[in-house]
Amino acid sequence: MANGLGKLIKTLQIDTRLLGMIGAFVAISLVFHIATGGTFLTPRNLFTLTLQTASVAVMATGMVFVIVTRNIDLSIGSLLGIVGMMMGILQVQILPELVGFGSPSIWIITVLFGIIVGAFIGGFQGWLIGYLAIPSFIVTLGGLLIWRGGAWWVSKGTTISPLDPSFVMLGGPTGTIGATASWGLAIIGSLLTIYFLMTARRNHLSHGFAVKPVWAEYALGAILVGGICGITAIMNAYLVPSRILERRFAADGLEMPEGYTEAYGFPISVLIMLAVAIVMTIIAKKTRFGRYVFAMGGNPEAAELSGLNTRFLTVKVFALMGALTAIAGVIASARLGSAGSSLGELDELRVIAAAVIGGTALAGGVGTIYGAILGAFIMQALVSGMGMVGVDAPLQNMIVGGVLILAVWVDIIYRRKTGDS
Amino acid sequence: MTTPLLEMRNISINFGGIKAVDDVSVHVMPGEVVGLLGHNGAGKSTLIKILAGAYQKDEGEIFVDGKQVEINNPRDARAHNIETIYQTLALSDNLDAASNLFLGRELVNRWGLVDDTKMESESRKIMARLNPNFQRFSEPVRSLSGGQRQSVAIARAVYFNARILIMDEPTAALGVHETAMVADLIKELKTQGLGIFLISHDTREMMDLCDRVSVMKNGALIGTERVEDVTEDDILSMIIMGKNPKQAA
Repeated sequence: MANGLGKLIKTLQIDTRLLGMIGAFVAISLVFHIATGGTFLTPRNLFTLTLQTASVAVMATGMVFVIVTRNIDLSIGSLLGIVGMMMGILQVQILPELVGFGSPSIWIITVLFGIIVGAFIGGFQGWLIGYLAIPSFIVTLGGLLIWRGGAWWVSKGTTISPLDPSFVMLGGPTGTIGATASWGLAIIGSLLTIYFLMTARRNHLSHGFAVKPVWAEYALGAILVGGICGITAIMNAYLVPSRILERRFAADGLEMPEGYTEAYGFPISVLIMLAVAIVMTIIAKKTRFGRYVFAMGGNPEAAELSGLNTRFLTVKVFALMGALTAIAGVIASARLGSAGSSLGELDELRVIAAAVIGGTALAGGVGTIYGAILGAFIMQALVSGMGMVGVDAPLQNMIVGGVLILAVWVDIIYRRKTGDS
Repeated sequence: MTTPLLEMRNISINFGGIKAVDDVSVHVMPGEVVGLLGHNGAGKSTLIKILAGAYQKDEGEIFVDGKQVEINNPRDARAHNIETIYQTLALSDNLDAASNLFLGRELVNRWGLVDDTKMESESRKIMARLNPNFQRFSEPVRSLSGGQRQSVAIARAVYFNARILIMDEPTAALGVHETAMVADLIKELKTQGLGIFLISHDTREMMDLCDRVSVMKNGALIGTERVEDVTEDDILSMIIMGKNPKQAA
């Protein structure tokens, strides 16, 4: 039985590590579902869970590249804080006077500004690491203190609130795309998945390589499309509370029809996270830059001797991390509707934990984007589940710490067994 | 005399006041194998690393086909069709054979994305020539044997039309059968007109494979001799004594 299952997984060419992580996520969810008397695995809670995870998950994809190149970035929580603060001041105090309050260009300018600042600060740290050869641990530890202090200094300790309404759409439950558009995206996503599976197969056949049996391709396609539709169904199953709907109709001077319901659908922040995940996966697997990141992580000397500019590569990796931190800052501050100077505190540890739980090896050279995102979900499921059960905050931290160590230990055993140290 | 394929003239390099290579001149003709011999620390590896672009010389000149060239980094060396197989193999253990073979020179499709299928296909073609038994294309090279890794390193040098090949201890990590395979390959490449610099500690092997040998000691060149003009003992005494018995006689 176990043997047959192993063969099946091999034929489908599914990563066993991925299965293990999905298994861990499901197990954690089930335990909390029972412990909370059936409130964990509800559309409402899963919707909230994805909202809470989006920011950390976006940063975790960048942290994969950082750790794969044998570096670390401890500054991202503080970087998120200062970029979030600068974006807050820009959209609340500066832009309304320039472009007019309520202008839709406010959120666009703010987000672009944030990404540029984030990439610049990240790139500067990368320059210190790559060209001046200061260890990344030290540069980003300094950055942790500097940028957090900077966030306080810029804001003088105040919280910028409320943020621009169009900007707030990017982070929270107010910014969702509704049921119809969600299904539309699900259909497009499913068609693209099938298209890529087919082109990959045709490409392999045209070079005379071995391919999976046809049934395995169908099974894989069915699993992926099923996953996309399942997640969409969950997002669409969470309905907007009738009180909110009534108020909306009342605002337009209308009476709400009897039995009227409306689903939230995908939040924009979750779509941003998905887009980041797809783009980062393409960068990691299909671009020269991504290939060089992994080559440098596997053997820096060999990368150098192959003519790669590893110093500039380091700058680019940290600039990318900074840009992703800014995107995460958009999501985090928009979700709260405010930018406080403590925004993003301790996020660096959550992000590093997510990447490591997701199978990124601190020795470098190994890591996946989907792993880091799943790692972020596992962490968040654990934290919010414990919150729902009523575990005290100090005990929560102790448990999360223990789980992190356990996860890395399990990973070491897994690698030893499969031989891909 | 025809123009050497490659000539290094009066090369010197200092590391913190120590002359690791001191006024050394060597050259290689097309279809010739030149051996570099000497103790550890004699300066052989440093000399060829200058040629490969890994180190920058302090003094001296390098000529390819009689034209002076500047080699400041590994990319420059590659641009002059100088390929190197390092003692340490210089492979990224976490990547597969094709990714290593094309590292820094990936094949891309029309969208500029890395074309793994094409690269694997090309890798299969060259491997069929170099090491027909090699089949493990999609595994990280860390799981390969020393000989298989060596064939990846050699394939990388050969694939890109190398004209000058540097081999730093190519057989150090290999078994008897694989060593013979590398020797056959060197002979084949020679007939194709490549110029090869070979570094090895095995004097017997060098006598078999090389046309000329240059012996270094403490960063200086002791002498360069055609293998048919010297005995193995002559070479050993050059390595150990640092004197050329032929010149003394």
